[in-house]
Amino acid sequence: MAFQIIWFVLWGVLWAVYFMLDGFDFGAGMLYGFVAKNENEKKAFLNTIGPLWDGNEVWLITAGGATFAAFPTTYALMFSYLYTALLLILFSLIIRGVSLEFRGKAEGAFWKKGWDAGIFLGSFLPALLFGVAFGNIFGGLPMDASGYHGGLLSLLNPYGLLTGALFVLLFLVHGSLWLSLKTSDELSERTMKLANNLWFLLLVVAVGFLAYTYFATHLYDNYLQNPVLLVVPVLAVLSLLSIKLFAAKSRQLMAFFASCLTIVLVTFTGVIGLYPNLIPSSLDPAYSLTIFNSSSSVYTLRIMTVVALLFVPVVIAYQVWTYRVFRHKTTLSEIGQEGKSY
Amino acid sequence: MDALALSRLQFAVTSMFHFIFVPLTLGLSILVAYMESRYVRTGDEVYLRMTKFWGKLFLINFILGIVTGITMEFQFGMNWAEYSKYVGDIFGAPLAIEATVAFFLESTFIGLWVFGWNKVSKKVHSLSIWLVAIATNLSALWILLANGWMQHPVGYVLRNNRAEMVDFLAMVTNTYGWLKFFHALLSGYVVAAFFVMGVSAYHLLGKSNIDFFKRSFRIAATFGLASSLLIFLVGDFHASEVAKTQPTKFAAMESVWDTKSNAEYNLLVVPDPEHERNSVQALAIPKMLSFLAYGYGEAEVKGLKDFAPGDRPPVQPTFWSFRAMLALGLLFILLSLIAFILSRRDTLTSRPLFLRIMLYAIPLPYLATQVGWIVAEVGRQPWIVYGVLKTSDAVSKSVSPSQVWTSLFGFTLLYGLLAVVDIYLLTQTAKKGPEQDVSSMIQARIGEV
Repeated sequence: MAFQIIWFVLWGVLWAVYFMLDGFDFGAGMLYGFVAKNENEKKAFLNTIGPLWDGNEVWLITAGGATFAAFPTTYALMFSYLYTALLLILFSLIIRGVSLEFRGKAEGAFWKKGWDAGIFLGSFLPALLFGVAFGNIFGGLPMDASGYHGGLLSLLNPYGLLTGALFVLLFLVHGSLWLSLKTSDELSERTMKLANNLWFLLLVVAVGFLAYTYFATHLYDNYLQNPVLLVVPVLAVLSLLSIKLFAAKSRQLMAFFASCLTIVLVTFTGVIGLYPNLIPSSLDPAYSLTIFNSSSSVYTLRIMTVVALLFVPVVIAYQVWTYRVFRHKTTLSEIGQEGKSY
Repeated sequence: MDALALSRLQFAVTSMFHFIFVPLTLGLSILVAYMESRYVRTGDEVYLRMTKFWGKLFLINFILGIVTGITMEFQFGMNWAEYSKYVGDIFGAPLAIEATVAFFLESTFIGLWVFGWNKVSKKVHSLSIWLVAIATNLSALWILLANGWMQHPVGYVLRNNRAEMVDFLAMVTNTYGWLKFFHALLSGYVVAAFFVMGVSAYHLLGKSNIDFFKRSFRIAATFGLASSLLIFLVGDFHASEVAKTQPTKFAAMESVWDTKSNAEYNLLVVPDPEHERNSVQALAIPKMLSFLAYGYGEAEVKGLKDFAPGDRPPVQPTFWSFRAMLALGLLFILLSLIAFILSRRDTLTSRPLFLRIMLYAIPLPYLATQVGWIVAEVGRQPWIVYGVLKTSDAVSKSVSPSQVWTSLFGFTLLYGLLAVVDIYLLTQTAKKGPEQDVSSMIQARIGEV
């Protein structure tokens, strides 16, 4: 029983860290094409995520792998029920990765434009669709003894779309703060201004989301039973507000950290509300997939716990180290130098 | 076609496409790492140019291996939900471990390698490509231990309507998985060696950058000869392991219908599955098949007729793929031996015919890896987990044929486009040759240290 809870928390951590890290890649990928005025500015923006996006994406692969290893029934049903939505996410991620890597491998306006479109779509669609998917998970999927009774279109319900919009805006603010932090001078000011403006939209959607969640899901039940848990959503709201405080003063690093914290806390607001479900059934709670009825054996969970305890700290250590290596701001003057630009 | 047939077709398309890129990544990462180490140790500029040139080709290929790999992880759940439910307790673990110990390492340090030329010392920079090479090879280990478990399941019990892991060490030390690992690894090294030799041959024929490509060729020839010899040895061990653990696959590989002792090896065979016999069977080497399978000539080799027709794999694709792989493997030894000798004697440039052969030989090791996987996966049928779960019981229940048609169409279109772009970029980059002027990056390095 304890191991299921450990893996539920780890499952939440993997998703939260994934959204926190790849979130700014998505945001930057959605924005750079609109914010940059010329090719060199585009390169400057892309170079801020160039060395890091691939390592960030692995958190998703690990979240998927951990779901498979720790909660195989949930993995099996989630992926097969959400077949077409996941297919679209998969295609988008393939297109993003290839576009980021191939954009700089040849010259020509058509070549660059094509990959620019790929990076935008490959960043926007996953951001939106992960939101839609999690919105539907929060609300529960129509499943019972005879299986799943939904399709791609039933996922695009108002609450799912609102969660999608929330994710897109969270990542847009996150990405613009990242770009501001990692570029200098006028580029940095331009993106900070954008973050400040986008933040208001995010606030509106976030308030709407919190209100709609009350009607569309059972996420608040756990909080009503254990009011102490409310500290997580309250902190989420506070850190969302603090983004604006820091951004208004152009304190780039603090604003970005506040945005990281917001994404992690928003993810955990949902995860805590789900407990003990991984995917609730909207038809009959008896068919909800919980961490207890869909988990691996205790033996497997124990092995995986040892593996996670041994290796995840190492991963975090070298990822933090590479972030330090690339801590400097990208300047326009270094763009075009051989060997380190897209 | 029903969802099962379509899902199988889709898995074949996506995994075979994925495995176009994986082998080159496995081998070329090591060659590039070796080149950069040589540069760090000797300071010889030509090794830096080699690292850059082969490294660029490596990167174009690498990203396609990464993105097509995500498909593999998604697909087990999307199309094979019953499989994932039934064996996830044991099969999910190596996948999650692969991501944790290998994917993070390769994806983090590839970023450092590409963007870190002026940000870390030479030694740390070359260390980062070694870490990428180690990580890609390590990821192969975990995924092949997972596949090895599907071929020869160990360390589990059937309980709670599923296969549950009871012995993690048994899975990790599964001989089948390790043999598969070495076999796949070495096949990747052969692919990379022939790739480097082929591209070098192109430039040697065109008389450009002769010194650069002679030296590249020589490194690859040594690597290729060692790998193609070793893979034969490993392949032999692997085949005996198959004979022991998967008698139906072994019988299909050799098209053996009747169980017999003192089984001969027929150099010329044409299977006739409809009549459960071989329509042609000639040039026999007495006792050879028994010897190859079990190490002594009197051993009994199981024939397909010992198994119910429903439990036999399709003979034609398994048999012909195995024969093709074997023939190609012998050819690789021959070609890399000649390549090795000619490049040692430094007479490559006076052998345009051989260089031409090596250029056109680039696709052959790829072909060998693809038919090798056909032997492994088609030969395991009708089982998805040998002796435990049938492929027909493994497919997702909730997925409709129209959904799989859509995804199969999408994959074909997207992968087709990727293939076009990949081939375009690889040929452009390969033809262009190495950068002549590395002085700017040398200066940058001096300025930094």
